[in-house]
Amino acid sequence: MSCLDIIADYGLRSIGLGERLLPRSDFTLCHQFTLIGSGMIWNIYFGTLALTSGFILATLLALGKASKNFFARKLSGWFIFIFRGSPLFIQFFFAYFLFLSLKQNFTFLSPLTSAWAGALFVLFCNTAAYSGEIFYGALQAIPKSDLEAADAYGMSGFSRFRRILWPTMLRLAWPAYTNEAIFLFHATTLVFFSSFPAWQQRGDALYYASYFADKTFNPFIPYPILAGYFIFLTLILIGLFGLANRKLNIHLPKDKHTKIKFRIRLIR
Amino acid sequence: MFEFCANPENLSRFSWLSCYLTTPKHMNLFYSVGTVLLLLVLTAPTALLFGFGGAIMARSKIFLIRLTGNGYISIVRGVPDIAFFLFFVIAIDQLFEWTRHKILCPDWNEPIRQGNDFVVCSIAKLPLSSSPQWIHEIYGFLLAVFTFAIVFGAFTANILYGAMRAVPKTQIETAFSFGMTERQVFHRILVPQMWIFALPGLGNLWMILIKATPLLFLLGVEDIVYWARELGGTKTAKFTSYPHGDWRVWYFLGLLIFYLAFTRISEALIDALTRILSRGTATLGSDLQRQVGR
Repeated sequence: MSCLDIIADYGLRSIGLGERLLPRSDFTLCHQFTLIGSGMIWNIYFGTLALTSGFILATLLALGKASKNFFARKLSGWFIFIFRGSPLFIQFFFAYFLFLSLKQNFTFLSPLTSAWAGALFVLFCNTAAYSGEIFYGALQAIPKSDLEAADAYGMSGFSRFRRILWPTMLRLAWPAYTNEAIFLFHATTLVFFSSFPAWQQRGDALYYASYFADKTFNPFIPYPILAGYFIFLTLILIGLFGLANRKLNIHLPKDKHTKIKFRIRLIR
Repeated sequence: MFEFCANPENLSRFSWLSCYLTTPKHMNLFYSVGTVLLLLVLTAPTALLFGFGGAIMARSKIFLIRLTGNGYISIVRGVPDIAFFLFFVIAIDQLFEWTRHKILCPDWNEPIRQGNDFVVCSIAKLPLSSSPQWIHEIYGFLLAVFTFAIVFGAFTANILYGAMRAVPKTQIETAFSFGMTERQVFHRILVPQMWIFALPGLGNLWMILIKATPLLFLLGVEDIVYWARELGGTKTAKFTSYPHGDWRVWYFLGLLIFYLAFTRISEALIDALTRILSRGTATLGSDLQRQVGR
């Protein structure tokens, strides 16, 4: 069987297209590359959707935490505290069993017990909390003079937010937010290890990598392949966020640009 | 545990719960909290040691050592960390067994990797297949500690490397001008001064380490996640005197609260430590403190 056949059979295996059974013996390098790469579809799915939807909630949370309204402040503060203070792994478990018991009373919630919706929801809340805290910090760091200038121009309310607060907040937060995005993508590998079932063995990249490691008892091939895929994904992300960073800094002289520096922060 | 627990069927709600939570199986859950704490206690100093070694290597003047140090620091970037956990736990095990195999059975001539199997001679097995269950458990736990220490050591190395570079150059130069040797400068000036620069990063890392402890479950250790799943599942009256439905959501709520409290307390302790250590240093932290003290 040539490698192209394998790609045709397993290239989209993680979303249920192609061969039904996973390979059981005679694992070739091509098998491992194809199947682990196919699993990356899920990582990208979770990462992209959680990041974009989480961005909106994060902005609201940051504004809420900085607001003068007591309830908005407390609510966003607690939301951020709960999701940043506890391990994502436990959040997944808790959410899964919560959805499982809610399903019995509210049948329309049953999609939440499967990974595509339930895990996405948890990741959405989690990234919203982490980025909310980043945005809140940036909001506090906005120079007073910017706001005074806005006042002097007679801006207020929403137009002040849209033209001054929000762009400046994003510009200041962007380097930290880039790291958050990278680690969100890394965190998506936890999904199928935390009770969310990989229905018909449709799992993510790490799911397949550990499948191969279990079957061959040789971790030295699947995990480096996985690592390669993720380094590649990380580089793409840094590139994309770098482009956005340039756009955010476009009005400033070159030496005032905020630099994206890759910093570490692993598990959440 | 309590005497009134002898017949759980006709107890009031509260005493039923107090009996339920003290069954021998639940004791395992509480012991596994001890496992988590033990992991933290063992991993933190080991990772600090690894990190210190890594940072020193990354500063070395010899190219090859510097490369190794930098490689170690950057290896865990860009790749999901649980991939490392899953990788190292098998890889280290195989490394140990392979080394013992080479030493203990030198005249074994079959290949070690036979297709999908990893075969070493029986006296090289770790732990020996004849050893009792608790040795297997301890070996598994120590393997997990070692894995955590390697991964977190790399992060610590990164922080300490940055902290060593943050120590003001003038301090080092003054020490040299007093005629101290390189060794003395390192011991008397650099290392004592770097801690305050490393503290925010290390504090952050400690929080991350706490939040990483549930991953023990993935390494095959019977930790709190394991017992919460085990005890929370539906129990029928046939097998236990404390039948209940699916309570896993409550168990995990308990774990969630446990971790929230744990990180919160750690945060307060780290803040206090920062205040103590930044006394008398020329950093923003101590400046702020002075202002508050006024």
